[in-house]
Amino acid sequence: MSSLELYPQDERLPRGEHVAFNLYMVTALLLFVLMMLLGLTMRTTQAEWAPVQAAMFYKIMTMHGAGMVGTLSLASTAVMWFFLRKYVSLHLWAFVSNYVLFMLGALCIIWAVFVGNFASAWTFLYPLPVHSMGLWSNGAAAVFMIGYLLIGVGMLLFYLDAAAAIIRRFGNLSRGLGLQWLFRGTIDPNHPKAVVASTMVIIANTLGILAGAVVLVMCLINAYDPEVALNALVVKNLIYWFGHMFINATIYMGVIAVYELLPRYTGKPYGISRPFLWSWAVSTVFVIIVFPHHLLMDYAEPRWMLVMGQIISYAAGFPVFLVTAYGVLTNIHRSGLRWKMPSMLAVLALFGWAAGIVPAIIDGTISVNRVMHNTQWVPGHFHFYLLLGVLPMILTLLYHVVGSRARAPANSRADRLGLTLYVVGGICFSMVFLYAGHMSVARRFAAHLPEWVPYDRAGSIAAMVLILGMLLFATRLIVGLLKAPADVDPAHRTG
Amino acid sequence: MIFQNVIWVVTLTGMGLVALGFIYAITQAGRPADAAEAAQANRSSNTLRRSLFLALLLLSIGVTWASLRHFPIPLQHEPLQAAQVVDVVGHQWTWDVSQTHLTAGEPVEFRVTASDVNHGFAIYAPDGRIVIQTQAMPGFTNKILYTFHTPGTYKIMCLEYCGVAHHGMTAELDVAAPGDKS
Repeated sequence: MSSLELYPQDERLPRGEHVAFNLYMVTALLLFVLMMLLGLTMRTTQAEWAPVQAAMFYKIMTMHGAGMVGTLSLASTAVMWFFLRKYVSLHLWAFVSNYVLFMLGALCIIWAVFVGNFASAWTFLYPLPVHSMGLWSNGAAAVFMIGYLLIGVGMLLFYLDAAAAIIRRFGNLSRGLGLQWLFRGTIDPNHPKAVVASTMVIIANTLGILAGAVVLVMCLINAYDPEVALNALVVKNLIYWFGHMFINATIYMGVIAVYELLPRYTGKPYGISRPFLWSWAVSTVFVIIVFPHHLLMDYAEPRWMLVMGQIISYAAGFPVFLVTAYGVLTNIHRSGLRWKMPSMLAVLALFGWAAGIVPAIIDGTISVNRVMHNTQWVPGHFHFYLLLGVLPMILTLLYHVVGSRARAPANSRADRLGLTLYVVGGICFSMVFLYAGHMSVARRFAAHLPEWVPYDRAGSIAAMVLILGMLLFATRLIVGLLKAPADVDPAHRTG
Repeated sequence: MIFQNVIWVVTLTGMGLVALGFIYAITQAGRPADAAEAAQANRSSNTLRRSLFLALLLLSIGVTWASLRHFPIPLQHEPLQAAQVVDVVGHQWTWDVSQTHLTAGEPVEFRVTASDVNHGFAIYAPDGRIVIQTQAMPGFTNKILYTFHTPGTYKIMCLEYCGVAHHGMTAELDVAAPGDKS
């Protein structure tokens, strides 16, 4: 069980780790703000307030998608690393290599998009990358895909190091996941939730990244030897297998911050239990096999896969609602919770995750997907649980770390103002997308029908409010992170 | 009632219930429980969780049965025997539609494919809402079976991003009332 001590000694960052953690998080905060500004540009273009050309719109769309997914992954990996290193012996070189490869990959992607004019969306659905109608070259497509490969290799290195460390400590990944206690036996109350979640992510996302690597190499070969023709449906399956697991892994890495930190602010132990272990065991399977819900409108897909996509979409909600969200609610209920920035963000994160998957699960119904697929319903639900779920998980850790360096939990008026702007902006921004989606407004359109523009204007205003909040967060956190670590006296830092 | 409006209400209800759960826990969070109250709360919490599990399980099974009992996608490898058949091919950035004048009240089979990249074939009703869609994928033909109930001009839009003029890739279908040959 994780400690209730607010700033335990084993979380302090020695010099090298301190620099690496700051590199990850300062980069991520800057990228989040930049990517949000790109997102705002798309919304103001659709709103006809500050339009950019269609070619630029789709380049921005590609950059925003790839950039946000990559940045969420970068930051949530740092969350996983921050806590997992307390329980197993991780190598700093693997963590740093992941950062270096991420940055090299990011440079490739930025070059491909803004110099090479590549605009195939972050999902690079075959054969669009090699069928641009003269707007970008195969070389630009190849650089973009090599960028993805570099990022994937970095993640794999980190996961392999983490997997080896878990195996060294617990014997195998199954024991890291706690499968030995699913049916019988006394559960070790000290088995860390961070290890359970990390093991799940390592298993699922390694498979996802490997699928991504396979499809990227296939597409690269096809780009230079078109005679090696690909099956568009097989490629799409592989892309969504990779893409779904990659973005979902950010949630499962990020939630470790909530498991670890929330009990320190409630003062209530948040013990490991059999339902908890079951939820992570089944989530491991669900996240691997749920991807066909992205292909419900591909009628050529085998019917059993479409049915599986719908049923597993429903089933995947059980662990979130009944174990993680419910567990958080019981942990804060009648606890005497100290409302500081980390605890407020942790509660927000679980709300954002649990509420955000409601429209996602509903869209996993084939007959619903038939009228909602690729409308703004889709960005509506994923912006809800990424903006109000995953990002607050990352911010929970950052505010906690900044608090530890300032010798007191962060809770200034500027922080609370930032949180208010962020929550109001984030909810309105996501709900406008959902409302527009139910009105059949298409996603990924550079120009909108006149009757759709009012939604775009409302969304643009909400985005501005959200970004103001994020700017306050980013400024405060970057300044806080760059301060020297405080010489914390644990005797005065108990929760 | 329009299907999307039903989905919207169901979604708001679900999200609202989640919000209520959080609001309740948050309002109680500031009052620490003593040992006896904590033990009682723990027992109640476990009972409530079991009830929620059962309720969600029954809801999931019920919705799955209701939504898949008549599978919403027609069989793809058998003749659909529709009175009207329309072949659709998506190209960057136009639709090639074999027949644009259709009759309401009679089933239409759309055979949808693409010549170059992936497209999304979506039909918008005169009120601006999607009535049906499928993907248009090179190398595959997806078949839709749909009966128009209301005459009017329906719009075809591309819902799968396909390049720089994706948003302008539209076409129209004229659906006449039964017996109206004009």
